[in-house]
Amino acid sequence: MKIIVCVKRVPDSESRIAKAKDGLSVDTQGVKFVLNPYDEYAVEEALKLKEAAGDGSVTVMTLGGEESKETLRTALAMGADDAVLLKGQPSVDGLGTAEKLAEAIKGREYDLVLFGKQAIDDDNLQVPAMVAQLLGLPCATVVTELKVDGGAVAATREVEGGHEIVEFELPGLIAAQKGLNEPRYPSLKGIMQAKKKPLEEVDAGDAESRLEIIEVMNPPVRSAGQIVGEGADAVPELVRKLRDEAKVI
Amino acid sequence: MSVLAFAEQRGGVVRGAALETLTAGRGLADALGVELIAVLLGPPALAAETGKLGSYGADRVLTGFSDAFAEYSPEAYTELVAKAAQENGAKAVLFAASAQGKDLAPRAAARLEAGLASDVTEVGVADGRVVAVRPAYAGKVFMRVGFTAEPAMLSVRPRAYKAAEAPREARVDELDVGGETAARAKVRAAEGEAKERPDVAEAEIVVAGGRGLGTPENWKLLEELADALGGGAGLGASRAVVDAGWRPHGEQVGQTGKVVAPPLYFAFGISGAIQHLAGMQTAGCIVAVNKDAEAPIFKVADYGIVGDVLEVLPRLIDEIKKLRA
Repeated sequence: MKIIVCVKRVPDSESRIAKAKDGLSVDTQGVKFVLNPYDEYAVEEALKLKEAAGDGSVTVMTLGGEESKETLRTALAMGADDAVLLKGQPSVDGLGTAEKLAEAIKGREYDLVLFGKQAIDDDNLQVPAMVAQLLGLPCATVVTELKVDGGAVAATREVEGGHEIVEFELPGLIAAQKGLNEPRYPSLKGIMQAKKKPLEEVDAGDAESRLEIIEVMNPPVRSAGQIVGEGADAVPELVRKLRDEAKVI
Repeated sequence: MSVLAFAEQRGGVVRGAALETLTAGRGLADALGVELIAVLLGPPALAAETGKLGSYGADRVLTGFSDAFAEYSPEAYTELVAKAAQENGAKAVLFAASAQGKDLAPRAAARLEAGLASDVTEVGVADGRVVAVRPAYAGKVFMRVGFTAEPAMLSVRPRAYKAAEAPREARVDELDVGGETAARAKVRAAEGEAKERPDVAEAEIVVAGGRGLGTPENWKLLEELADALGGGAGLGASRAVVDAGWRPHGEQVGQTGKVVAPPLYFAFGISGAIQHLAGMQTAGCIVAVNKDAEAPIFKVADYGIVGDVLEVLPRLIDEIKKLRA
């Protein structure tokens, strides 16, 4: 089974993020960058599928700058076979990025394309479904359980208050949600091997944006409210305030 | 020219999130001086729902009914929405940022070669073009964005708009669904799942719990409180308890979970890590109960009680029951 996993380099979820001085971007100084957490599930699932099939390959791919090589190496250290860096900048909205990825994927052999359901920086949650549309592939997004039996795929996806099951024949595309699996940590041996694995570089060029950022704003600052009291004795006063002051119950 | 709003349905009923999308769309259509068209796709039983779309501001309703649409059909819906947008000169196409909307909107945007702004909390017109406000980094920052291509595609965050009636007699036209019912991806509902509570992202009141509850069994107290508060209350959880396997991921609030903005949010035994606060700090009113008076959650809470959640919860359940009686 040949699998392509698309990944992204993003700030760690514990980072403090604030608007930059230019008012048009975010300040990432001192921020630690990691492989997008949802992409870890995608890489893990690809490795598991390859292991179960007994043969095949896992290729990781990203659109980004030189610094994204580190992200690709993380996925290689987890066990991916090779990597492709599409050199160029992602778009503000998802479509430009999806176009670059779709173009690169089109020329390759694959049975399955995997993504994390969203990157935790721009939170677009767009690129996987867009790539599926551009490549004419069936797809399931926000997937928490995946069964692949020969060429038949059954993907369980999260919907409000429950799940639905999407079934299709390969080739296809899956976007992984937390819960799909437990991503492995790169072993020391894996990290050493990753340095020697093939990393192809392609000049993809910057993706076209169909949205422009007019302004980046910090969220409204919430001021601390009041401590109503201590322990269960404070409950009647809390309920009174919720009813009469805040008028929310 | 028009603004299109996708009227999401489930089980033959138009969803609340779809009515909020109509309200956002109504405002945008008025600002642009064009008509608002609702697109309603699903099983034939939906015919009874078209009047509701007029009540919430649709000037026209385009229907695409088929037995093949009893469940969501990504490929067919993409084609039908895209054609409706092209044939009606759509300046903008709105979806709810729901599970279905987040799957469909990007496909439709790719099909129309248009830009999509996800999870918007505000939409309007400035200098003749559509602009929107949307969170990024799970709400650690917000961005005002403008569209450089048409149509402007938007998914609207649940609860960002309050569904408002704007009644009119909507004309109903049928879409031709004939060629669109065969699809490679088939969707069916998972069996044995009874939907008892609203999803955390769409709930009017969120009752959320963290490590401070001590054990997963104590969640029955949160369930009891949600029951006492009434039908609009949903359950939420911190990342710590989801990672520990106490609660399903669908309930997680925060950067690797859901970003929520209910009018009322209860945080029980949640300390308030940055990634959690990012996911709930735009809630209307935040109530925190924690035994640690220094917990960061109190810095964003409107009302706090310092104390053991296991002592506070039973009392709170009693008081709410008294109030509701």
